[in-house]
Amino acid sequence: MDLTLIWAALIALGLFIYVALDGFDLGVGIIFPFFPDDRERDRMMHTLAPVWDGNETWLVFGGAALYAAFPVVYAAVLPALYLPLILMLACLILRGVSFEVRGKATRTKNVWSLAFTLGSAGAAFFQGIALGAYLQGIPVVNGSFAGDTFFWLTPFSLLTGLGLMSTYALLGACWLAMKTDGDLQLRLHQFIGPLTIVLLLFMIAVSVWTPLSDAQVARRWFAAPMFYRLLPVPFAVAAVAALMLVSTRRRHERAPFALALVLVALGYVGLLVSVWPYAIPDSVTLWDAAAPASTQAFTLVGAVIVVPVILVYTAAGYWVFRHKTPADANYH
Amino acid sequence: MTVSPLSATDLSRIQFAFTIAVHIIFPATSIGLASFIAVLEGAWLKTGKPHYRALCVYWSKIFAMAFGMGVVSGVVMAYEFGTNWAGFARFAGSITGPLLTYEVMTAFFLEAGFLGIMLFGWDKVGRRAHFAATVLVALGTLVSTFWILASNSWMQTPQGYAIVNGRAVPQDWFAVIFNPSFPYRLVHMTLAAFLVVALLVSASGAWHLLRGRRDPEVRTMFSMALWMVLVLAPIQIVAGDQHGLNTLRYQPAKIAAIEGLWETEHGGTSLNLVGLPDMNAEVTRDAIRIPHLGSLILTHTWNGEIRGLKTFPKADRPDSTIVFWTFRIMVGLGLLMLLLGVTGAALRRRGRLFECRAFQRFALAMGPAGYLALLMGWATTEVGRQPWVVYGLLRTADAVSPITAQSVGLSMMIFVILYFSVFGTGAWYIFKLIRSGPPAGERALRTAPGTPPGGPNGTTPAAAAHAPQPEAQRAAGAGRRPMSAAD
Repeated sequence: MDLTLIWAALIALGLFIYVALDGFDLGVGIIFPFFPDDRERDRMMHTLAPVWDGNETWLVFGGAALYAAFPVVYAAVLPALYLPLILMLACLILRGVSFEVRGKATRTKNVWSLAFTLGSAGAAFFQGIALGAYLQGIPVVNGSFAGDTFFWLTPFSLLTGLGLMSTYALLGACWLAMKTDGDLQLRLHQFIGPLTIVLLLFMIAVSVWTPLSDAQVARRWFAAPMFYRLLPVPFAVAAVAALMLVSTRRRHERAPFALALVLVALGYVGLLVSVWPYAIPDSVTLWDAAAPASTQAFTLVGAVIVVPVILVYTAAGYWVFRHKTPADANYH
Repeated sequence: MTVSPLSATDLSRIQFAFTIAVHIIFPATSIGLASFIAVLEGAWLKTGKPHYRALCVYWSKIFAMAFGMGVVSGVVMAYEFGTNWAGFARFAGSITGPLLTYEVMTAFFLEAGFLGIMLFGWDKVGRRAHFAATVLVALGTLVSTFWILASNSWMQTPQGYAIVNGRAVPQDWFAVIFNPSFPYRLVHMTLAAFLVVALLVSASGAWHLLRGRRDPEVRTMFSMALWMVLVLAPIQIVAGDQHGLNTLRYQPAKIAAIEGLWETEHGGTSLNLVGLPDMNAEVTRDAIRIPHLGSLILTHTWNGEIRGLKTFPKADRPDSTIVFWTFRIMVGLGLLMLLLGVTGAALRRRGRLFECRAFQRFALAMGPAGYLALLMGWATTEVGRQPWVVYGLLRTADAVSPITAQSVGLSMMIFVILYFSVFGTGAWYIFKLIRSGPPAGERALRTAPGTPPGGPNGTTPAAAAHAPQPEAQRAAGAGRRPMSAAD
């Protein structure tokens, strides 16, 4: 058994769960400006109240697992992405606290709504920036970051920043369509179509730009076995997007969220394939970056026991709160 | 005096100290409160007395605030090891990384997963299931303490590793986790978190007693909290003393710095009660000294010898000026806690606990004492570990990331502004909740604490309304929430 491979898969899974869960969570904040009614906003927030702490925990898991299993990546990538990561954390703090405070505030409610939106949108944007910079390759010498303070600021990373924002916005809208009803749900349904189109445009832009700017990725994507394996992805994306448009027109309640998750998963697979087998694109492979086997084995024992349990009770938590959030819910 | 610009290392240290000092306030609150709430809920299930339930719901609100802010300020910590301390992450990541991962896996998720049910699930799951969720959340906070303290203690007293290619590689995980200072530190920190909350609860009880409330909610929380202070303060003093013996054995330079002791005093070490250690002149100025007391406290013998700071190379000495005072403030506050507990017990015997206003003012003033003592204690142990980040193995100066001082200065500014405004507001709302107090009996039916009547969320504040009649409310709740129509 290759422990390094297992850990890479586990971290990839953890990050996907994070993107799926905190994605809709942040997305609700991103689309807040389009729903100015305070009672509707209360309701939108109440759909998240029981789950957001747990959702954000997957980001901590991703960070901690990376630290344990691939300390070299942790030590090289985090200083490289210093400012975007710090700004992302600042945004997460802003939105987390607005979450707690907004429900209790009366006069300053609008301020906290704005903070919630800015925090959510900012967190998504800087995550996207970090992703873009990572995909473009981080200058590493002897396992240490050796680049400019602002190396991460490129047109490509701005594109991925906006792209991730639109991904989260779509997830958020679909989540809300599932958890609400009546007029609010109707407007959400009408909102999902345009969001899907926007996301498709970003996906196309990233998919064209990546191989054009990076010859290695182009070779990997268009080499014989990989090309045929990847070939279905764009078609699947198109098919899912089409289903999404049909589904929202028919006012399905749960299907759009499921379809949005499939879209995200397809995009995610594309990214994983373009990075493979590197831990830091084009410079450090997973095996170069791996922690000693004793570390990976020790941590894996815990992960094998605990991660399934976490998944079960996370699911149980969602199951308890599976119903629509009533308009008069009071979670504060 | 010349002003030298701060380096990335200095700024990273200041930033880490600042972010972790703000962070620890929230987990300490939630560690203590979770267990307190579990006890309250257990008491309610056992006795059926409604005021236990009311207190449980009330403190859960404050717990939720503290927990939320603990999560978001904790995410920062998980990333700062890499962003600012890449050298440390590279050297020790194979050992401290798994400990943090275990913390996330066993504790963080346990808390966050069951928190939803604990806070919002009163009318969605049965009483026993709800109690189980509360207990699991409380357990999660304690398990979390276990892993974080294991990691921190390993940095203080590392063992169970080998150095391979300039990196610490784990050899024996049991030795890594149960390193020499870990049991002491774990006990000391857990007791500290319980004391923090006992003092917070007793101060809020005192506030409402002073304003004339005498309902069972306020009396119960004041009384319970003071029992806790009475029991825990002396235990904490013993635990701290044992921790000190352990530190003397493994980190003698830290003890010398704490005591402002420069020379090794043969035939009995005196204790500097107060004074001002001067790192350059290598003396402790204006010291008030008591002969033999140092030996007595630190070695439990009359003539025990303690190595003075001068026996350590200058480059290996922690800053005595800081730890001398942080330690003394902590100990002083601990003694005041003991006084609070003992006075409370004496008043209780005379039946005047709820009437003595001077004592209630004392309890109110002691509200922040737990937090202050906790921060001073952490400052002592962390500053006392310097100049090492991993004691004896890796210097703090070698642990910093290859980042510019400008970047760290900018992030520092963001954190300071953000933390003061955002966590300041959060703390203000916690104070507001504490000031409004638990709903007293009848009032619970009309007003939810923290929610003004009629708004902001509309009509019936569910959280308070279901306090006295959970079963009825559950039925009503089920009626209000029909199954959603699936696709």
